[in-house]
Amino acid sequence: MKEKTVAEITAAHGGFDPRLAISFMGKAGHGGFLGMDYVGHGEDWVELAIDWREDLVGDPNTGVLASAVVISLMDNATSMSIWTKLQEFRPQVTMDLRVDYLRPSPKGARVFGRGYCYHLSHSIGFVRGVAHNGNLDEPLAHVSGTFIRVGDRLG
Amino acid sequence: MTTPDPRTELLPPYARALDMVITGIHNGAPLIEMPFANKVQGRPGFLHGGAISGLLEMAAVAAIQHALHERGDEATFKQVNVTIDFMRGGTPQTTYAVGEVTRLGRTMANVEARAWQDDPTKPITIAYLHYLLKRS
Repeated sequence: MKEKTVAEITAAHGGFDPRLAISFMGKAGHGGFLGMDYVGHGEDWVELAIDWREDLVGDPNTGVLASAVVISLMDNATSMSIWTKLQEFRPQVTMDLRVDYLRPSPKGARVFGRGYCYHLSHSIGFVRGVAHNGNLDEPLAHVSGTFIRVGDRLG
Repeated sequence: MTTPDPRTELLPPYARALDMVITGIHNGAPLIEMPFANKVQGRPGFLHGGAISGLLEMAAVAAIQHALHERGDEATFKQVNVTIDFMRGGTPQTTYAVGEVTRLGRTMANVEARAWQDDPTKPITIAYLHYLLKRS
């Protein structure tokens, strides 16, 4: 089955709707493997979440999730925050991401990731984000990064 | 695919779920391979940046464990942060990664992990990681 691209979904919908987009992105590929869910969005942010699962554990002694689970979550949430702020999809790739782990995400806890787009230039989307376990005021990680716009061929 | 090294058994559930295997030693640290599959795909036809980051994280952890073992050090470690540069898109083929412990001190370790596909001199992604070392 051919997966629908975000560009196709956006074009059919007449704008970027993060809830609609994650209903596809959260089911296909790596997003589907992780089980990424839509939580909410505002004009410049998108929040997604992933449930704790045994096969996502990075440290079997503690049951703590692999830190890359948080990276994938924040990569998608921050990426979608750019399209949400733009109110349209544009093809882009992650240029870089930095993640500071304030604390581990405990065994059994759902992990939430809120990504914000704080500035957009013609080519670059500047983002930051916070990962938490249900209370934004108790972050487990802070993220910052940039996305670069690429040719329409990637749409 | 190359024969998995017995050390593959030491990889955590996350790595096993994405079919990562240790296949030997490259430049003094464990070499980890990850096959392409739908479960590591991002936009159609390309690896998800988070899956590449996961491979790099596993390579970094394996490199520190290896370096600590080499010097008979029983310290445990905890990741503090990571900076990841995505340099080339990952295409549908096997991805390789290895970590280099650039400094193993008393209280912290610096690790640079790189991932490549067909050409080791053309990394697709490089991660710079900091770890806090703890001794009981």
